[in-house]
Amino acid sequence: MAVCIAVIAKENYPLYIRSIPAQGELKFHYTVHTSLDVVEEKISGVGKAADQRELYLGLLYPTEDYKVYGYVTNSKVKFVIVVDSSNTSLRDNEIRSMFRKLHNSFTDVMCNPFYNPGDQIQSKTFDGIVSTMMVQTS
Amino acid sequence: MESLTLSDVEQKYYSELFLSCDVDNAKKVASNGKVLDLFRAAQLSNEVVLQITELCGATRLGHFGRSQFYIALKLIALAQSGLPLRLESLNVRDLPLPRFVMGKNEQETRYTVMFADAENQGPYLPRPPGRVQAKKVSTHEMIQPCVTTVEVQPDTTSPVVSPHQSPPTSPHVWRKHKRQASGGNVERQPSVPGVIWPTFREQQGPASGDGMWSAHSPPPVQESWVSFTDTPPSSTLPMHPPSAQTSGYEDPWKITDEQRQYYINQFKTIQSDLTGLIPGSAAKEFFTKSKLPILELSHIWELSDFDKDGALTLDEFCAAFHLVVARKNGYDLPEKLPESLMPKLIDLDDSAGVPEPAPEVGFSSSPVEVTPNKSPSMPSLNQNWPELNQSNEQWETFSERSSSSQTLTQFDSNIAPADPDTAIVHPVPIRMTPSKIHMQEMELKRTGSGAQQPGVVAFPPAVPPRPLPTQTSAPHGLRSVEGEGLPAHTSTSPQQMPEQPNFADFSQFQVFAVEPPVDDAEKPSDTGPADRCAESAGVVRNATNDVQAEERSSTTVNSAKVSTPLAPPPKPVRRRLKSEDELKPDVDELPQKSNVLATVLATQPSIPR
Repeated sequence: MAVCIAVIAKENYPLYIRSIPAQGELKFHYTVHTSLDVVEEKISGVGKAADQRELYLGLLYPTEDYKVYGYVTNSKVKFVIVVDSSNTSLRDNEIRSMFRKLHNSFTDVMCNPFYNPGDQIQSKTFDGIVSTMMVQTS
Repeated sequence: MESLTLSDVEQKYYSELFLSCDVDNAKKVASNGKVLDLFRAAQLSNEVVLQITELCGATRLGHFGRSQFYIALKLIALAQSGLPLRLESLNVRDLPLPRFVMGKNEQETRYTVMFADAENQGPYLPRPPGRVQAKKVSTHEMIQPCVTTVEVQPDTTSPVVSPHQSPPTSPHVWRKHKRQASGGNVERQPSVPGVIWPTFREQQGPASGDGMWSAHSPPPVQESWVSFTDTPPSSTLPMHPPSAQTSGYEDPWKITDEQRQYYINQFKTIQSDLTGLIPGSAAKEFFTKSKLPILELSHIWELSDFDKDGALTLDEFCAAFHLVVARKNGYDLPEKLPESLMPKLIDLDDSAGVPEPAPEVGFSSSPVEVTPNKSPSMPSLNQNWPELNQSNEQWETFSERSSSSQTLTQFDSNIAPADPDTAIVHPVPIRMTPSKIHMQEMELKRTGSGAQQPGVVAFPPAVPPRPLPTQTSAPHGLRSVEGEGLPAHTSTSPQQMPEQPNFADFSQFQVFAVEPPVDDAEKPSDTGPADRCAESAGVVRNATNDVQAEERSSTTVNSAKVSTPLAPPPKPVRRRLKSEDELKPDVDELPQKSNVLATVLATQPSIPR
């Protein structure tokens, strides 16, 4: 369902970005980058107590072409999904489940002792999961 | 050796046969593999074949030169005619040509098996089932000396070209490793001069696995062992096992017994307990020694860590090691873990034991889902904690463990900021809803005599009204070790349902589970949580505890609580009196709790209503 999926590290550099149309690569990178501001704003505002913050941030902002959804983990790793607006708008639950799957795969990548946190994510399993979420659009 | 004179027919036939065996096109040496294959096709017993080989001088020379080959063929003809094998009889005239029953497939199948059981009879025994049909077909083709050899030739040459390797025997493995630099020796047959009889075991039938394995990834390496730089002794292992390995026929990724033993030994060097786990860091160090690129090691890990717990069990370790060995020998890693490498599951009854990569998502419960799962997962912790020490391969325990560990971490993050002490300092008022009151009354009724089954009582309120259990059942839980009373103890904050500090009381839970009416047993064990009880009693003060509820709670509060009843505010005084009146009969019933009662009642006071 997504046209672009990105995983951003705590220090706000990308660990993994993948988008569907090749030519839109740069545009999506830019979009993800700007969405980080919105993400930061959301997470800084919510955390007044040590309450469990909602991991799913929801729709960050819509543009004319697409919508951007965000999700942040407890360790400040952010997931950003860009969805094409022309798609029959996906239900919130579906987006949530996508994020959940992403989070699970990310956890698995983290569990791999050969993965150094901070490296680009090159796991084939992770790629596979992302593909299943992206292939559906195109 | 006597000179050999062959008739024209014989000459022609022999030369054709020699050509068919001469895969290297050396024109001088017939490859041992094919030669012996041919001899087998002559349907002679092994001893005879051995004898022939010896007689023709091949054993002496180490290879079949043309003359040796011809002599051998002649001897075969002799043997097939029933004549004694003598060199003198080489020039017997009118000897029928040696007959060879073989087909292309047979040749393939015979490669690795034929000398595998040179001691045994039946050269065709170890043939894999899939090949039986091929054999049957080929029996029909009795190769006529002159005509069909031509056909055979192109057939026999084609299998040779196969790029795949059948899994050779372990000794072969070792020698291959020694002789050739890398695992890339697939192309040619090992028909190298200097091959002596015992080394025939090293034969690889390049084609033998061909048909079967085209569907799989290239057959792995039963072959050369990876000798990690600091594990040289490992490489000597393959030399020892004498028996040939034909297990690779059925499954290219299957681990042989020697390999498995070797893996187990390696596992022991890291982790002496075979049922234990190797942590990720240790495994990383170990596999990094194999000098494979990190990316590939990462992929291998992803394949082999089946339960995604960041550690390797024995089976997972064997699978990972096997994949490393395969990769070292040039075989590509599969995309998915092959069936034979999947970890064996002990709990065979469990239908979830069927290994599937798909459900792996279920094992690592997402943090988001943890919250709603807290209550169901927590009680199950009680059952699983003792199990964790046993089989590490029960999927349920894994899932529980993973989920529980996540729930644990959740607890940490939740509880850390809210200490029991601080919670008491900052009490959070809870409004008593009618349902809660009602439930407390129900509790009262049920525990008419007082201390019998507070656990049972505590449970119902534990789940639905969140604040309630933390206060009311806190004392209950202590006294009555109900497994379900997990939410009980530390009423750190009303919002928290399962409290972490309860873990210390697991033994109590189990005790309780075993012997439900364990009041007496619980009492002594309550000293520990008694302190917490004291604190919770403090909270009780603020919470919406009912007098009746406290009656139960009071039983758990020991004399340790004596300290808590500081001067109660006037309002409470009224309560105290009232409660004392009400509870007096109960106090009589439970004499040992009288002190406690008093103290608890004292703390009762400021219940906001």
